[in-house]
Amino acid sequence: MTAALLILAFVILGAAAVAMTLRNLIHSALLLVLTWAGIAGFYLWAGAQFVAFAQVLVYVGAVSMVVLFAVLLTRQSTPQPIEPDSIVRALTALTAAGGVAGVLIGAILAAPLQVADAQPATITVKQIGQALMGPHVAALLIVGVILTVSLLGAVVIASVDRPEDSEDAS
Amino acid sequence: MSADAAAQNFLERAPLELRDAVVALFPAPLQWLVSSLITIAVILTVFGVFFAFTTIAERKLLARLQNRLGPNRSGLPWLKGVKLWGLTQPFADAVKALTKEDVVPATADKLLHFLAPVTVVAFSLLGYAVLPFGRNMVPVELDAAVLYFFAAGTATELAIFMAGWASRNKYSMLAAMRALAQLISYELPLILSVVPVVIVTSTLSLQEIVHAQGGWAFGFLPQWHVFTPWGFAGFLIFLVAALAESNRSPFDLPEAESELIAGHLTEYSGFKYALFFMAEYFGLFALSGLGITMFLGGWQAPLPFLEFIPSYLWFMAKLVGMVVFFIWIRGTLLRLRIDQLTRLSWQFLVPLALINLVNAAFWALSTGHSPFLDVARWPISAALIVLPFLVMGRRLNQGRAPRQYTYAQ
Repeated sequence: MTAALLILAFVILGAAAVAMTLRNLIHSALLLVLTWAGIAGFYLWAGAQFVAFAQVLVYVGAVSMVVLFAVLLTRQSTPQPIEPDSIVRALTALTAAGGVAGVLIGAILAAPLQVADAQPATITVKQIGQALMGPHVAALLIVGVILTVSLLGAVVIASVDRPEDSEDAS
Repeated sequence: MSADAAAQNFLERAPLELRDAVVALFPAPLQWLVSSLITIAVILTVFGVFFAFTTIAERKLLARLQNRLGPNRSGLPWLKGVKLWGLTQPFADAVKALTKEDVVPATADKLLHFLAPVTVVAFSLLGYAVLPFGRNMVPVELDAAVLYFFAAGTATELAIFMAGWASRNKYSMLAAMRALAQLISYELPLILSVVPVVIVTSTLSLQEIVHAQGGWAFGFLPQWHVFTPWGFAGFLIFLVAALAESNRSPFDLPEAESELIAGHLTEYSGFKYALFFMAEYFGLFALSGLGITMFLGGWQAPLPFLEFIPSYLWFMAKLVGMVVFFIWIRGTLLRLRIDQLTRLSWQFLVPLALINLVNAAFWALSTGHSPFLDVARWPISAALIVLPFLVMGRRLNQGRAPRQYTYAQ
């Protein structure tokens, strides 16, 4: 079991690291997809089937498409050299990144991570569904409303008021 | 014959007992591996051969639909004069694909160009892992099998994108965009058409969904989901969406040869092209298998006295029926335009599937309340789906039909 975890960690971290160093943005995006798939594998390893399949369905299936299309539509024909505009910008970026990293590492180190001795009970999909529809139904509805609002907002922003082409409609 | 007797049938158990006998020959620590490998090998062989004969069946059937003869010349190499109605054609095609030159464009992204056909075949085969091919014949019994099936299918979109982008060809790229727009548009009605079954059976396990369709009403009528109003509507939506998902006519725009050469396959030749072709058929078989499991009773026999025929043969017979139906559709309907295709999905199939969801919820809640409701829910459920179908169908066509031809009078 530990060997499988090590392989998964290698795939996830290795793909992420290579994605950052590559100059080809499409390759980076595809490696990011591999990272997401690796995380799904980790969920499977941890025994969370439902989360793993949802991860593949949402990230590998849908979010990857958004990322790839975004890269494709904004890609510049001539590759720009990757270098900071000025020393000040580079220093600000480093400070911000260092601050975030410090807070995150501090939070992880300070959090008491207790390892349970007992085996966790296997939870069936049915139980997850009943929990979502029972005690957590309010959260589910709120998430649904937020997603719908953001979707409608995106449509409103993207839509152009133009009468439908009458010739095309015939 | 009762269900228990059918399960004890010799033919029913023969494949499983054969597998167990072979597995028993190996030492105990290796047995789980051998068991899995045998299952994988059997699925690959059965569906590989099924794919080969589907290609010849499709060519011959399409030819008949178009008043031609179709391929009928290829015989056996060492027996002159024996033609076998051209049934050896797929093997000749395989040899041709293997020996063809593999052309890769000079400016192509070589790695992705190679990876695309490999990924698409690998992921199109993943769905087979959870399909119940027969009584006790599920390769992997998963609690969330339906979810797994759709998750496994999503990677084909990535592969098509990789193929289109890596080819460095404007036709490939355009066609890949079209294919993605199509796949994303039809994924939604496909999944929504299956959700009613999950609501009514309240399980995501495919084997349990098949069991839920067992038994006979009045002793002889099968209780498949397709014979309920919501199930019939769901099955039709599923069929349309499955056709679009597997890029088949009338939704074969990504490779509309008159507009886009051969779509994202333009720069592929030889065996890589054959791999794409294979993946398309494997995807079609897997989706048909899901449709059979969800709506057509899975491996169950249609009538009680036919239960002596083993369950896996029923599954294959239904699969052949679905494939022949798809070939028939291909020979009958014209290809849609891209705007018609997306409009059909977003303005018609998705709302209809959502209404069908409510319909299925009504069906699930009205079960077993009173004898009156048990009868009354049939017309109510039918009205719940037929009325929106008529209204939305009228609205979809408003101002667009009949078509005015400018040049082709």
